[in-house]
Amino acid sequence: MNRFATSLCLVLVLAGALALGLLDLLPPAGSPWHVSPYVVSLAGKYLCYAMLALSVDLVWGFAGILSLGHAAFFAMGGYAMGMYLMRQIGTRGVYGNAVLPDFMVFLNWKALPWYWHGFDNPMFAGLMVMAVPGVVALVFGWLAFRSRVTGVYLSIITQALTYALQLAFFRNDMGFGGNNGLTDFKDLLGYPVAARTTQVGLLWASAAALALALLVCRGIVSSRFGRVLVAVRDAESRTRFLGYRPESYMLFVWVISAIIAGIGGALYVPQVGIINPSEFAPANSIEAVVWVAVGGRGTLVGAVLGAILVSAGKTFLTGALPEIWLFALGALFIVVTLFLPRGIVGLFRRRRALSPLPGPEPAE
Amino acid sequence: MKTSQRPPETLLYLDDVTVNFDGFRALNQLSLVLLKGEMRAVIGPNGAGKTTMMDVITGRTRPDSGRVEFAGGVDLTRLDEPAIAQLGIGRKFQKPTVFERQTVWDNFLLALAGDRRPRFTLWARETSEEQDRIAELLKVTKLSEHAYREAGALSHGQKQWLEIGMLLAQDPQLLLVDEPVAGMTDAETAQTAELLREINRSHSVVVVEHDMDFVRALGVKVTVLHEGSVLSEGSIDHVSADPRVIEVYLGR
Amino acid sequence: MRLLRMLLVLLAVGFAMPLAAEEDPFAGLASQSFDEVSAAVGTLAASGNPRAAAVIGAMRNDALYADDDGNLYIQSGDDWLEARTGKKAADVDADSLSEVRINNAVRRAIAAAMGGIDLFSPEAAVRAHAAQAVFDAHDPAALPALQKAVAAEKNAAVLRTLKQAEAAVILATPDSTDADRLSAIAVLRARGDIQARARLADLTGASPAVAAAARDAMTALDREQQMWGLAQSVFYGLSLGSVLLLAAAGLAITFGVMGVINMAHGEMVMLGAYTTYVVQGLMRDIAPGLMGWSLPLAVPLAFLVSGAVGVVIERGLIRFLYGRPLETLLATWGLSLILQQAVRSIFGASNRDVTTPDWMSGAAQWGGLTITWNRLVIIIFAALVIAALMAALRWTSLGLSMRAVTQNRRMAAAMGIRTPWIDALTFGLGSGVAGIAGVALSQIDNVSPNLGQGYIIDSFMVVVFGGVGNLWGTVVSALTLGIVNKFLEPVAGAVLGKIVVLVLLILFIQRRPRGMFPLKGRAAEA
Repeated sequence: MNRFATSLCLVLVLAGALALGLLDLLPPAGSPWHVSPYVVSLAGKYLCYAMLALSVDLVWGFAGILSLGHAAFFAMGGYAMGMYLMRQIGTRGVYGNAVLPDFMVFLNWKALPWYWHGFDNPMFAGLMVMAVPGVVALVFGWLAFRSRVTGVYLSIITQALTYALQLAFFRNDMGFGGNNGLTDFKDLLGYPVAARTTQVGLLWASAAALALALLVCRGIVSSRFGRVLVAVRDAESRTRFLGYRPESYMLFVWVISAIIAGIGGALYVPQVGIINPSEFAPANSIEAVVWVAVGGRGTLVGAVLGAILVSAGKTFLTGALPEIWLFALGALFIVVTLFLPRGIVGLFRRRRALSPLPGPEPAE
Repeated sequence: MKTSQRPPETLLYLDDVTVNFDGFRALNQLSLVLLKGEMRAVIGPNGAGKTTMMDVITGRTRPDSGRVEFAGGVDLTRLDEPAIAQLGIGRKFQKPTVFERQTVWDNFLLALAGDRRPRFTLWARETSEEQDRIAELLKVTKLSEHAYREAGALSHGQKQWLEIGMLLAQDPQLLLVDEPVAGMTDAETAQTAELLREINRSHSVVVVEHDMDFVRALGVKVTVLHEGSVLSEGSIDHVSADPRVIEVYLGR
Repeated sequence: MRLLRMLLVLLAVGFAMPLAAEEDPFAGLASQSFDEVSAAVGTLAASGNPRAAAVIGAMRNDALYADDDGNLYIQSGDDWLEARTGKKAADVDADSLSEVRINNAVRRAIAAAMGGIDLFSPEAAVRAHAAQAVFDAHDPAALPALQKAVAAEKNAAVLRTLKQAEAAVILATPDSTDADRLSAIAVLRARGDIQARARLADLTGASPAVAAAARDAMTALDREQQMWGLAQSVFYGLSLGSVLLLAAAGLAITFGVMGVINMAHGEMVMLGAYTTYVVQGLMRDIAPGLMGWSLPLAVPLAFLVSGAVGVVIERGLIRFLYGRPLETLLATWGLSLILQQAVRSIFGASNRDVTTPDWMSGAAQWGGLTITWNRLVIIIFAALVIAALMAALRWTSLGLSMRAVTQNRRMAAAMGIRTPWIDALTFGLGSGVAGIAGVALSQIDNVSPNLGQGYIIDSFMVVVFGGVGNLWGTVVSALTLGIVNKFLEPVAGAVLGKIVVLVLLILFIQRRPRGMFPLKGRAAEA
């Protein structure tokens, strides 16, 4: 069942992205088969959200860590990508400075801050997309799991973490463009960011990254490691008395999850053309959690499904009935927790399936 | 350094252990010696400190003072739960705690002695030795037919056995068993006593129990705890004749 | 500054030759030369003539007229007054009068003159104000006038300011004696504020003894300033702490005592603030005279509104989720979105205007400490709310039932306590307290649908930091966080200070997950 669902999801994501891209590029603009660039960029965005949802499900569904700050890792990956894109602007900025991004010239900065060095190199930037969220997650997780902060407390401090980061990124002297963030991108790997072919390429890259992430997650949770992880989720202290160190297991998936979120954020930024501190908003992280809850916690596939469905619903509602969106989102939270604890995927599953399903919280 | 003063076959050595919870003295200068290969029954009324004693041995609670040593002088008070478990001390909780969302088979697999580090479990494949061992454990615990059911779907008694089986899978030097027959039928109780005696052939065991008939059935040395210290120690007949024990259990 | 200086020079001249020539103080005002008019204004101002203020004031209002003989008249409505006496003048031929000519130079002279005259004004407040102006200018030329004013002054407070101004002038006068300077330093030292320190710092060319005295005085002043600064930071910190405490007090009940993660807690606060807004709106229509009572009236109403919403939430949502904290967290977050959007739909997205009653406006100066009334009121209010809450938990039968239910639900049920009802009331109490907090917060924050969101993370931090289930811990934690925050602000800036506090809190929770004052023992382990 799991293998089937995962394969189906992989095929749908890859084939869907391929089809959408080709239908944007090949048919002439008037053709009924033509897919507008708007739809392509929306689809690309949704796939990035799906990666964020996947990363949340990996830690929440399988390790019982409800992160209310995962969008922070998404945003960190996004900022790393944004820094690369800023460096690619070169002399085409408003101030024409070959090295300094516009906002630094505007702030009268004379030299590039040390942490901006190297981001003109796409390999380095790509590494940072994974390393920055990974290292932050490592430090945070090491502190948290070692001192056995779990459950609600962990949720609240993850939220505080993203809140603190949001406040920090609002500051101009952090050197990340303050309130406005990073934008006005021109090139990505030498291709113009706004070009249709580039956007289709990004859509395909997002689909491929999502597929890869899904495979990695599936591999992790179906290994013996995954079984230990579920054991930690359901009875953490019991695993300790069996000789396992839950903190190592949690830390490992926590870091992997942060890296997946970071990659999602990095692919997201060139598709929407901006990254700013609002991506750190606690509400974003919690929205990601509801994607997972809607799709079905602890199913991976459900996270992908939930992210795409809820985001599509948001696009539709904020366009058609903007007043209604928050009511709908709020109601979704309540309905899912009260009446649909296994999410959409759970509806299609027989009870007592062999696979792990969300259990009660650890007793501690 | 002081190990030479004690008989060499000592497995577990508690000396003058005291634990305070906010002024409440859960353990009061408790001392206890367990020999290698011994099975010991620990009894005592509610609040006597039985569970706290287990917590101290398994590293869940740090004693305020006193020494806790294992197998030739390893200081247990400096280790945490996983380290103590890996040393070879297994624990069965009062309330059966198995991994309810996973199959019986996976429960055994998780408990099997072996490398506990993520870098191993991430790539580990089930070996044929592991499969043989699990099959054997399924037989011992009479769970062979339920190998692929979720543990949460087992009956209460089956869960107790699954948990004892998991202890065996760990292959520890010392088993701590907390109230194994609580809620069991008489037949199950007798079978459990048999199972524990079987286990005791190759392992040292500490059993905490309320059920006096069960303790009598085990036929081992008994330690009576009261208000955090040892009240009496000896055979079941000896302790049940001890006037202090009678007073504590029956009141004045 | 130059105007004042000019005035003071004029004053000095006037006092230096006190009426020696028996000169007519009103001479020259009717002159055709602007220079002469300017000079005449100064002379009149310095003369001490009781009509000077009236006449110069009339000039400023373009109401001073002169006839061809130089007689001056003040136009007052349809009447004409004799400028020299203020008596009504009869038989004035308006056509023969011409307005006293004024250009900008004369206007400056008038303005300066009015300032100088103020030193001798019959109003104490005006004199005090003028003395402070002289202090600020500390022009040596002002000395004679000041000395005359000091001699004439009866009001102790004004006299003190005058003497301080005199001291400032003495220090600024190059040829004053050491003795004068030493006593001036003593006067400034006693004044003790930043301005006094500035005067001391500006002292140049003094003898070693005077310079040493000035240095000592400055050191002493610096130390005093530091102490006051410290006290001010503590006050601000207490004020912020009591705001945090108010916001967190309700959460200390719902989260701390009941263990319910209510992410909609901030919205309960927000509802309280909107209740205040509605109450004020109604009072403006019905009883505008009682606006001063709007807040005391809003407090119980906010408690009822938020409390009722809390009971509904508990009965309709939370009771299905007991024992599932993470689900509760998500569902209540959803609820908070709905409440925010509902309020936005009803009241609009923009900030609503909540007025501050007069008795809460303003500030008191106490030494170097500025105490704003609204902050002080909030501190007192927070203390009262916490005291009431503790008393309610301790002495009411509801409080007794609450404690029983949280300690041992099944036993409480067996004793005949209707536990579901108690759960609902406890949650309602916590929510109601949040509503009360909203009334206070409406005085210092923007009343908008997002009001609550700004407090939710802080509130949780306060409760967790203080130790869950411990109201005293919450109090200590809120005040500590408030004070730490305010002490960090001058060092790190407001935003960075907040970040530092958050990071410190995150680290603290990781070191001591159960807070500063954890509940210990077996109960806490379960």
